[in-house]
Amino acid sequence: MKPLNILLLTCSLTVTLPVYADEAKVAVAANFTGPMEKIAQAFEQETGHKLVIAYGTVGKFYAQIKNGAPFEVLVSSDDETPIRLEKDGLAIAGNRFTYAIGKLMLWSTRPGLVDDRGEVLKRGDFKYLAIANPKTAVYGAAAVRAMEKLGVYAALEPKLVQGENITQTYQFTATGNAELGFVALSQIYKDGRYAEGSRWVVPPELYPALRQDAVLLTRGKGNAAAEALLVYLKSDAAKAVIRSYGYEF
Amino acid sequence: MHLSDSDLQAIWLTIRLASIVTLILLFVGTPIAWWLARTKAWWKGPIGAVVALPLVLPPSVLGFYLLLGMGPNGPVGHLTEALGIGLLPFTFWGLVVASVFYSLPFMVQPLQSAFESIGERPLEVAATLRASPLDAFFTVAVPLALPGFLSASILTFAHTVGEFGVVLMIGGNIPGETRVASVQIYDHVEALEYMQAHNLAAVMLVFSFAVLLTIYVWRPNPKRGV
Repeated sequence: MKPLNILLLTCSLTVTLPVYADEAKVAVAANFTGPMEKIAQAFEQETGHKLVIAYGTVGKFYAQIKNGAPFEVLVSSDDETPIRLEKDGLAIAGNRFTYAIGKLMLWSTRPGLVDDRGEVLKRGDFKYLAIANPKTAVYGAAAVRAMEKLGVYAALEPKLVQGENITQTYQFTATGNAELGFVALSQIYKDGRYAEGSRWVVPPELYPALRQDAVLLTRGKGNAAAEALLVYLKSDAAKAVIRSYGYEF
Repeated sequence: MHLSDSDLQAIWLTIRLASIVTLILLFVGTPIAWWLARTKAWWKGPIGAVVALPLVLPPSVLGFYLLLGMGPNGPVGHLTEALGIGLLPFTFWGLVVASVFYSLPFMVQPLQSAFESIGERPLEVAATLRASPLDAFFTVAVPLALPGFLSASILTFAHTVGEFGVVLMIGGNIPGETRVASVQIYDHVEALEYMQAHNLAAVMLVFSFAVLLTIYVWRPNPKRGV
């Protein structure tokens, strides 16, 4: 084929692409990985839009967005980062909403290690307790607060190992390298069933509410896929998925 | 420029880790490099490839396998527990073991080429003077390969200092134990403490440049001795 023909063919292909489908780049907090994958699949099927999703810690996303990362939506693990982005003019004010409230769990793969009142934290008969980095991950900060309120933080501090984010914290615990860990309920709860092992639902009054907000970023203005995703996150279908992973609203 | 106590602790820990790893690899890497340089066995190729693996494997792969392998259900984990050492992840010595794997090619490959460039001749001459192979190794090969030892050690040290992915996977971010400088910088960035990140990053940058400068400027001419 002659170069000119290839060029013409390329042009015609570009022109005939459907115009109704848009693509959105979405930054998603690591703890929301499971439900987001399900939601994205249903969303793409229903709307014909396409999502390109990056999972990670919100602190990293904040730095990237500030430096021009091409994200159109942030599905955050907190409510502070979206507010900060609004103040910076990087998110569109008035769009922010809480799509889920996370729950903190103490979990071990060993049956019988974690009791349903969290007494194991007072006994301290383990070598390592995994938490997410409290400086950078809200679940880590919540775990520290809960331990402080229980009055066990000072005693347990030498046993703490930190995951870079909540996914890595889960990894440390799931591989048994840490006997137990503070993870997100969404990581060990699916369709009404808990993962193997033993667990304790940390009472919500022990830590500040884990409000997870989503926000449309300035780059996403006018992007049909990005705007549709934010609407979809409030739909009953999305809420059913979110609830099935143990989040509340 | 201000470095906090935890920054200094991270730097000190990094230096300690890199020094110990370099020392261990001098002992482990030298016989491997010597063997690779001299052998005509068919499995020279496969062994060489295994040694070079950490060059191409993503640190996340290496870190993930180390986490599983050294964990309570892994073969290395079973061994260390049976020996009464306990489990290696989240410990300084766990990082040492991981770094020995991770930096192995940086020690072996420069040494191997140094040994290869010596050739058969000096060793044959030594043998005719009734030097035993071990004697010839220490009195002939090592002095001739000294520049190779120097660059291999510097590269190994520097590469261990720059290690990040593997440490993140198996370290657990414990101050004074596994929180090395690269992880500390990452933490600063994640916590939006950009000023502290800049300070520590500047130290790393200057250090890395100085190391490479040493290799490129002061490197003795390898041909001179031979």
